[in-house]
Amino acid sequence: MSLVLEVNKKQKGKDSWEEPFYLNMGPQHPSTHGVLRLFLELEGETIVNCDPIIGYLHRGIEKLAENLNYNQTIVLSDRLDYISSAANNVAFALAFEKLFKLEVPRRAKLIRTIVSEMARICSHLLWLATHALDIGAMTVFLYCFRDREWLLNIYERICGARLTHTYVRVGGVRRDFEPEVIEELYRFVEEFPKRITDYETLIDTNRIWLKRTKNIAVVSAEEAFNLGLTGPCLRGSGVSYDVRKFRPYDAYSEVEFEVPVGQNGDTYDRYKVRMIELRQSNWIIKQCLDKLSETEGELVLAENSPDLLMPEKVREVSAQPHPKLGVMFKPKEKEIVPVGEAFASIESPKGELSVYVVSDGSSRPWRLRIRTPSFVHISAIPHMTKGHMIADLVAIIGTLDIVLGDSDR
Amino acid sequence: MALYEELKTKFPEVVKEGFQEVDGEVVVCNREGFLDLIAWLKQEKGFIHLIDLCGVDYLGYKPKTFEERFEVVYHVFNLDERKLLRLKVRVPEEDPWQYSITSLWKEANWFERECFDMFGIVFKGHPDLRRVLMPEDWKGYPLRKDYPLFSEEEDWEPYKVLVEKYKRRG
Repeated sequence: MSLVLEVNKKQKGKDSWEEPFYLNMGPQHPSTHGVLRLFLELEGETIVNCDPIIGYLHRGIEKLAENLNYNQTIVLSDRLDYISSAANNVAFALAFEKLFKLEVPRRAKLIRTIVSEMARICSHLLWLATHALDIGAMTVFLYCFRDREWLLNIYERICGARLTHTYVRVGGVRRDFEPEVIEELYRFVEEFPKRITDYETLIDTNRIWLKRTKNIAVVSAEEAFNLGLTGPCLRGSGVSYDVRKFRPYDAYSEVEFEVPVGQNGDTYDRYKVRMIELRQSNWIIKQCLDKLSETEGELVLAENSPDLLMPEKVREVSAQPHPKLGVMFKPKEKEIVPVGEAFASIESPKGELSVYVVSDGSSRPWRLRIRTPSFVHISAIPHMTKGHMIADLVAIIGTLDIVLGDSDR
Repeated sequence: MALYEELKTKFPEVVKEGFQEVDGEVVVCNREGFLDLIAWLKQEKGFIHLIDLCGVDYLGYKPKTFEERFEVVYHVFNLDERKLLRLKVRVPEEDPWQYSITSLWKEANWFERECFDMFGIVFKGHPDLRRVLMPEDWKGYPLRKDYPLFSEEEDWEPYKVLVEKYKRRG
């Protein structure tokens, strides 16, 4: 039975004078970043209990993927975390490549790394913009969107789309970078660190910002693992766990970067971690751009990568000797992809995004499981909000950096 | 395969089989005693990060080598040794249940709720087992293989109610 019904039952026939106060926050509330509904039990302004209710954006991507071929499912991955769709594409492609045992060309790996770091910058900029807006700093919002716009324009130049790219393909990427894109990216990489400094001067020591973020939603390292926090939320608690370092994929093993960690595990530390990550991402892009000139003229898509329109069934005719009738020709269903399972995870801007795929030999995945960071982070909200004021709830939702398309799938 | 050997000697009745996959070791376990095994892995062996918990439906899977219909798959990660371990527990169709690991990881709470939502696998010991993604009053388990992708309009419950209502009106 849902919490709502239980409450209705409790309240029946009782004087509500000294009863706790129940409040529905969302699903249309702007600071819930989408269609998250929080059912709150309040005592004055303090949160006693909180029940997040999701599923308003459930599109059944896992079920749909079972009825599409491997290449088509990458289109669905754009719709998970629509702010950083390039990173999602990479996660899907990595899992399928592991399954097909494909080797990706080096140039494609570098391009993928650039694209997913761009996605990280986009996502963190949007996070900073909305988080600051939620807390009350309006100016940052406009500046962040200006820079994000720059990156989106570069994306448009790369693949023709601004938000839903489908740029990464199984076995590489769709097309090579144009020379103008590389020039523009160099210009961005040069300019961007100054912009980050600008944002930090706006809010870093702002008294209101400090009051709203310091000692809010403190999570210890052990508790963070218990709650399943990953990404900047986990690193804010002082654990230096980064999938890019622990299970390197694409070109992350050949670039240098630091993994920033916080100390107190509060909202301010998570903000700090993300700001340093912006600089690190910028640095990674710069290194990859330098390396890109070494691989001039290489392929960006593996030669044996699967065709875009994978056939549903392939029949193979095999000749078998028969004792009476001589040689018999028997049609037999052929495996299009290897039977088995594969698991790949990436450090998406929001946290750890992992894909687990089971194949039965046909061109459609038998089961495609997507572990999304937002889903886990929303489940941590009740534990993190306990005892906080209702105004801090907005800061907590912001600091977890959730996207409802990511959690509802 | 070192870990499999260790698990086999420590929990001979729980561990069924083990093999090496591309991305790590896979250990197939029995339902009974699974909680002890995973608690030991977390507390003694340092597999503190539960990455994923999901269900898989193997109804009509051609290369299948076992009887049970469902499988609950756990992915755990050891940070010190950088080791990924995949644990599998097979669940028969007749009594689809599995022990809940919410006592070890609070994170598993919603994973298990989702698994129940999508496959109908009941997790024993779960504090609050109800649907997550689908509406509360939803009938059926969408990710099961015998659940249709598209259903006929006439089968849709609100449509039936509407037809009934207009019939009564005449």
